[in-house]
Amino acid sequence: MSKNDRPTDIGINRTGIALSPLDGPRMTEGATATAPSSAGSARDAAVLRFRYAVEAGEIGHMPPPLSLRGVAGAAASLLKGQKGNVLLDKLGERLAFERTGVRLYDGLILKLEASGSWSGGPTLEDLVAFRADEARHFEWMVEAMTALGADATAMTPSADLTAVESVGVLQVISDPRTGLAQALHAQQLAELADVAGWDLLAMLAESLGHGELAAQCRLALAQENLHAASVARWLKAHAETAAHGELARAS
Amino acid sequence: MSLDITKERGTPLERQKFTWKEIAGEPYSKLDDDAFTRVRQILMHGVEQEACRLKHFAARFCPDLRLPLARVRRVEHLQATMVNWLMPGDQSPLETTIGFEQVAIEVTAHVASVEPDPYMAQVYRFGLLEDFDHLYRYAALMDRLCGKDANNILQSYTDVMPGRPTSVEHRAPEDDLRRHYEKTQAAPLTKIHAALITGSEWQTRDYYLTIGPTFADPVARQLYAEIAAIEEQHVTQYEALSDPSETWLEKWLLQEATEVYAYWSCYSQEQNPRIKQIWERFLSYELGHLRLVRELMEEVEKRDPAELLPAEFPDPLSFRSHREFVRQTLTEEVLLRARGFDIVPPDLESPASLAYREQLNASGSPSELVAAGYRWKPGTELTDRRVREAEFVSLVQEEAAQ
Repeated sequence: MSKNDRPTDIGINRTGIALSPLDGPRMTEGATATAPSSAGSARDAAVLRFRYAVEAGEIGHMPPPLSLRGVAGAAASLLKGQKGNVLLDKLGERLAFERTGVRLYDGLILKLEASGSWSGGPTLEDLVAFRADEARHFEWMVEAMTALGADATAMTPSADLTAVESVGVLQVISDPRTGLAQALHAQQLAELADVAGWDLLAMLAESLGHGELAAQCRLALAQENLHAASVARWLKAHAETAAHGELARAS
Repeated sequence: MSLDITKERGTPLERQKFTWKEIAGEPYSKLDDDAFTRVRQILMHGVEQEACRLKHFAARFCPDLRLPLARVRRVEHLQATMVNWLMPGDQSPLETTIGFEQVAIEVTAHVASVEPDPYMAQVYRFGLLEDFDHLYRYAALMDRLCGKDANNILQSYTDVMPGRPTSVEHRAPEDDLRRHYEKTQAAPLTKIHAALITGSEWQTRDYYLTIGPTFADPVARQLYAEIAAIEEQHVTQYEALSDPSETWLEKWLLQEATEVYAYWSCYSQEQNPRIKQIWERFLSYELGHLRLVRELMEEVEKRDPAELLPAEFPDPLSFRSHREFVRQTLTEEVLLRARGFDIVPPDLESPASLAYREQLNASGSPSELVAAGYRWKPGTELTDRRVREAEFVSLVQEEAAQ
């Protein structure tokens, strides 16, 4: 067990005001006694944000279908109109998320190899198998988009935003100072979002008449449900073991 | 404790080497390390950036110095990188911003309190009250946008309350220039202070310009744009303090002396033993640079560099809370304004600055908006039940009613 998995040991965390028995009260007293330079509340900024929100353009749009751009040999445009774009945007989102998911598991595997696991925690085989699931899901999405006449290398608006959403997850997993349990806690966020993402995509594909694609999405959903449940179980085992003081001491 | 820079020879340039592993070494802990470790890290990155900047400009004007400038600058660049890479990945740009303002306040307060030239001291106090206000505005942004407490970064060393309101800091360029010291009369410490604070403010300007647009929130984007504009004014103000008749070699020599002084100050007060070793190593590197420039001055300008340097530094920069000094300055000088080279009462402010400011703030002031009615509280303003349970009023309905 590495030191990284014992972050709840007492250290010298200096962030709280109670650690400054002289300076802390002085700071509070000063802030309380000084009037703001203008009246109002957080609502004033909300008004500006509201105006921006009303006036703002979009983050970006869907690319045109390959057939419209005259790409030789492009698959026939099987999806037309708004419905098709909504599905392609969501396919692009899952594609990007699963591709990043492979890299997140690369980080988790490295973490496990560096610091080991715990009783009730993941094995190397678990993580390697989950990584393979993510890679397969990515491949399915590339195939699905290509079959529908879309460019699987394009970043759709939902793909872009899902990557922005995942920035913190990647930051925690790639930090060498975090342990496997901390990294898995970040991964839990990704797995829960992934479950919701596949659920939505399966529903959408079904409703647009893509029965085969919907079945594939439900298979991915089942696997992601297993990932989410496993991560939750590993984290509970870690928290219980840590709370009972049974994590191995740092060597 | 003193440092005799004429006797210390430092590490020879050819032995100043790095590897990528040590450049990207282990960062400090945002949670566990003292706030002044972060203050020193930010300050020294600013000093090293200034060292590189000065040498680049010198190289454009001094063809004969290009090779030694390039050699020393290469090391300074890698020093800057290694120092900046001490910043941890879990420290957000806004948290780092809070650290930048703590640097500006505590380091400028120290400089203002020990600066021997009364005019220069007044200029530092003037700038101090402006950076003090920036901290308050960013703390409000952090609280109201992210739901986080700036004091997790400040560790209670630095007050969070309004200073000279940022909205009135916008001045016409002619009111940001200051009188420079006379190189033949000024104390070495006066020259070092000017180089130190100019570098620190320039780094702050660049940092805000770089990270401002990485925020999605329009209020944050406006606020960073506004405060970056003040940092640009501060660079204008502080760089004006140095005597323009100094030769490039004189300026280079002073910059190296500034770096020696700053690393020595960091080394003398650092609590983190691993980071203390870095300050010690870089102090030795800077002593090596200083020796090289002294030799160049003797060779090129046929002058004795000892005329320009203090035999030994007085006291190190004091990395501690300057709460009382700042509060006293706030009470006595917050209303002051600048006109031409002078710091003046508010009724003497120039029409040019008033007009400039009125135009910039014509569609509203981001710094006023972000902190409207804001008082910092431990644990954020949401610890106040009145704020937490404020009645919801729809903006759409409110706008329709208007």
